[in-house]
Amino acid sequence: MNYKAISKIIGLVLKFEAAFMLLPAIVAVIYQERAGIYFAITMFLCLLVGAALGLVSKKDTEFYAKEGFASVALSWIALSIFGALPFYLSGEIPSYTDALFETISGFTTTGASILSNVEALSHCMLFWRSFTHWLGGMGVLVFILAVLPLTGGYNMHLMRAESPGPQVGKLVPRVHKTATILYGIYVFITVVEIILLLIGKMPLFDAVTISFGTAGTGGFGIKNDSMAGYSDYIQNVVSIFMILFGVNFNAYFFLLLRKVKNFFRSEEVLTYFGIIIVSTIAIAINVNSLFPSFMKSLQHSLFQVASIITTTGFSTVDFDVWPEASKSILLLLMFIGACAGSTGGGIKVSRIIISIKLIKKEITTFIHPRCVKSVKMDGKVIDDETLKAVSVYFMTFVLVFLSSVLLLTFDDCDFITNFTAVSATINNIGPGLNMVGPTQNFGFFSGFCKYVLMFDMLVGRLELFPMLVLFSPNTWKKKQSA
Amino acid sequence: MNIIIVGCGKIGALLTEQLCMEGHNVSIIDLDRDIVKSVSNRYDVLGVVGNGAVSTTLIDAGIEKANLLIAMTGKDELNLMCCLIAKKISNCQTISRMQNPQYSKQINIIKEELGLSMTINPEYVAAKEVAKLLRFPSAVKVETFAKGRVEILKYKIPTDSKLQNLKLYEISSKLNCNVLVCAVERGQEVIIPNGQFQLMEGDLISIVATPQKANEFFHKLGVVKGKVKNIMIVGGGGISYYLVKQLENMGIGVTIIEKNEERCRFLSEELSKAVVIHGDGINQDILDEEGIKNIDAFAAMTNLDEVNILMTLYAKTQANAKVITKVHTITYSDVIESMKLDSIICPKNIVAECVIQYVRAMQNSIGSNVETLYKIIENKAEALEFIVRRNSEIIGVPLEKLKLRDGVIISCIHRNNTIIIPKGKDTIQLGDSVIIVTKKSGMDDITDILEK
Repeated sequence: MNYKAISKIIGLVLKFEAAFMLLPAIVAVIYQERAGIYFAITMFLCLLVGAALGLVSKKDTEFYAKEGFASVALSWIALSIFGALPFYLSGEIPSYTDALFETISGFTTTGASILSNVEALSHCMLFWRSFTHWLGGMGVLVFILAVLPLTGGYNMHLMRAESPGPQVGKLVPRVHKTATILYGIYVFITVVEIILLLIGKMPLFDAVTISFGTAGTGGFGIKNDSMAGYSDYIQNVVSIFMILFGVNFNAYFFLLLRKVKNFFRSEEVLTYFGIIIVSTIAIAINVNSLFPSFMKSLQHSLFQVASIITTTGFSTVDFDVWPEASKSILLLLMFIGACAGSTGGGIKVSRIIISIKLIKKEITTFIHPRCVKSVKMDGKVIDDETLKAVSVYFMTFVLVFLSSVLLLTFDDCDFITNFTAVSATINNIGPGLNMVGPTQNFGFFSGFCKYVLMFDMLVGRLELFPMLVLFSPNTWKKKQSA
Repeated sequence: MNIIIVGCGKIGALLTEQLCMEGHNVSIIDLDRDIVKSVSNRYDVLGVVGNGAVSTTLIDAGIEKANLLIAMTGKDELNLMCCLIAKKISNCQTISRMQNPQYSKQINIIKEELGLSMTINPEYVAAKEVAKLLRFPSAVKVETFAKGRVEILKYKIPTDSKLQNLKLYEISSKLNCNVLVCAVERGQEVIIPNGQFQLMEGDLISIVATPQKANEFFHKLGVVKGKVKNIMIVGGGGISYYLVKQLENMGIGVTIIEKNEERCRFLSEELSKAVVIHGDGINQDILDEEGIKNIDAFAAMTNLDEVNILMTLYAKTQANAKVITKVHTITYSDVIESMKLDSIICPKNIVAECVIQYVRAMQNSIGSNVETLYKIIENKAEALEFIVRRNSEIIGVPLEKLKLRDGVIISCIHRNNTIIIPKGKDTIQLGDSVIIVTKKSGMDDITDILEK
């Protein structure tokens, strides 16, 4: 383990966090809010600690996958610890545990809140809360890779540990360039959404924060009723953009290169749209009686489906009161999640496709024991290692999931609440069902349970292994030669 | 520049590393998934698994925007195919590895017909390097600049040398010889020295001089090993074949020891003068029997690095000969360095150097002004030749007044066919070709040597 390299990276991340906090500080100045001073204090702390961590000598360049995983996981923890300070220092969220929960929920783009009255927060806090979504969506380290050309073995290991999906590929030879392209697409779509929302007569502050929430597929609203109070136009725009942000960004790169065919040939993207269309129609029919017209029911159904499958977690209606069939479909969508390489969470469509193909292959070998068959996606053979990784991912996911549910039961809530609470956090969605439904919040959990859920959020965002690597004693062994 | 490397074996991987460090955008193509994975994990490159002669694979690797394709697979025919297809898709330049000696006679036709920019035969360039070393047995390594008028030679200071404890500014007065020490390797450290630097036993110094001056220098030191008259080569592979062809022209007597009988027969048919011995060089008796005690030079050129090293060590105990060892696979360079093997030949490094020189030259037309480049000390110091084509703040200023960066030394000025080993009063003029030695890589222009 190369502690020096990791410490350098965490130091860098903290310095960047200080820079990010400039934005909410500016918001505070615009709205003349006194809470802005707490951002200044936190920025100072970040810089101080960041500089101290960055002091280590540069010489040691040993940096392998292990260091990549560990530094990404630790960076996210450090980000959250410092990101929570403004909420806590200002007293707007009195308990540090709650503040930390809110921040982790922000960075991991979960959108689960412990606040019962969101509207009571000052503008700068609301802005920071939504901004964490935007940063966490594409990844803070990917941002750093895009801005700073780090050299050596660093970059790919960092990128791989932070980006979601079973296979992390590069678009162009350089990681630096790849990260820049990804962030370029990301910023572009976000700006387009802000403009479209402004056209819908949404106030600028709302438009920006909601767009951040959509872009990162986070789901922090700035109103107590989430998105219910906005016009149909705004709700539809947000539905569409949620879906867009759930698409694999590599596919957008094909569009950029004007290879439209490749975009529509991507199995994952097609399946993703297929799932959205089928479940939207199914739910619309199922909940038709609750709304005045079928169009209305279709609109709300689409919004909820988009919100859940992309793991955003906005809501326009309280789907907790919908019929069981609709709720069950939504619950399934929670697990499927968005496309790999998007900002969404969940298990990812590509993993689902791969595992279904794997099952098909196994069945074939039962019928034809000597049959040789390879699993393909987009016409390319998927190598055994990826297949194994996907299976192991599922196993690990189930294990972490079940142990978290078990741990939550000590709080004595009902099963649906516990089950959906874990599901909503590990898949980075936000709202679950019952006591954690869209109109409720996570504030009632005990401190212990909140920490379990925080862990789940981080595990879910970083795709299990970077966090789990921290628990292996082997990770922490000093290198032999030192 | 955007560069695609097809075939990521030993040479391909080394090229990937060095081109990446020079700041190029590199994509690699290889059939072996594991190789692609391990190389793209180590370096910041795009890895594509597939056959580099298939257009879709090339497109995946970004051939449409590539400036250069380097085909380095072990198969000549496949390399040519890659270059051909690449050329058809985009108008990139192509470099192909060609190592079958049977094709070597028609290489020019192939180059012309397929529009190749360069073909490279690793065994041939390695053999050329060995021949160069044999011409100058005192030095460990020789590089030429300014079309052969200047040489950079590496020399290890032995015990009780006149150079020991000498300060650099004293060299010209005490030895009365105009040479310049441009880099010193002391243990792991690389130093670009100034006049006050004191030499020590065991230092590996790189000196810049004209061939005559270098000769004089070695004479005055009293270390000149006589001209090589006979050589024993163990291992009759491709390098040995090309080497012997060159040595025969130089009038050096050659004994080759090769263990494969069929290969022996081939060698004896092809090489008229050399004595071909069928036997295994790892067997000490054979070396003794063939008179290892009386040779001037010994070259261990088998495919087994460890065997090569062992044989060289033995040869050193037996004869006062120039020894050359081929090390191709083993990467423990520090350990090998500490074994005092004199000259080591590493074909993949030589190939990489050739290709990188070409890439630098290509970039020349884009904006860099580097004429030739040599890595004097692997990854730690390089010698660059610039031609001063335009006016800049450097011109006409006495060198002692120039504020040079740390670790940069102006080691030679080549003006109108005269070679100047510069002193503080000398100046650089327009049209000069200047050789600088530096620890910092990636310099593009002569003005980069100044402190900024």
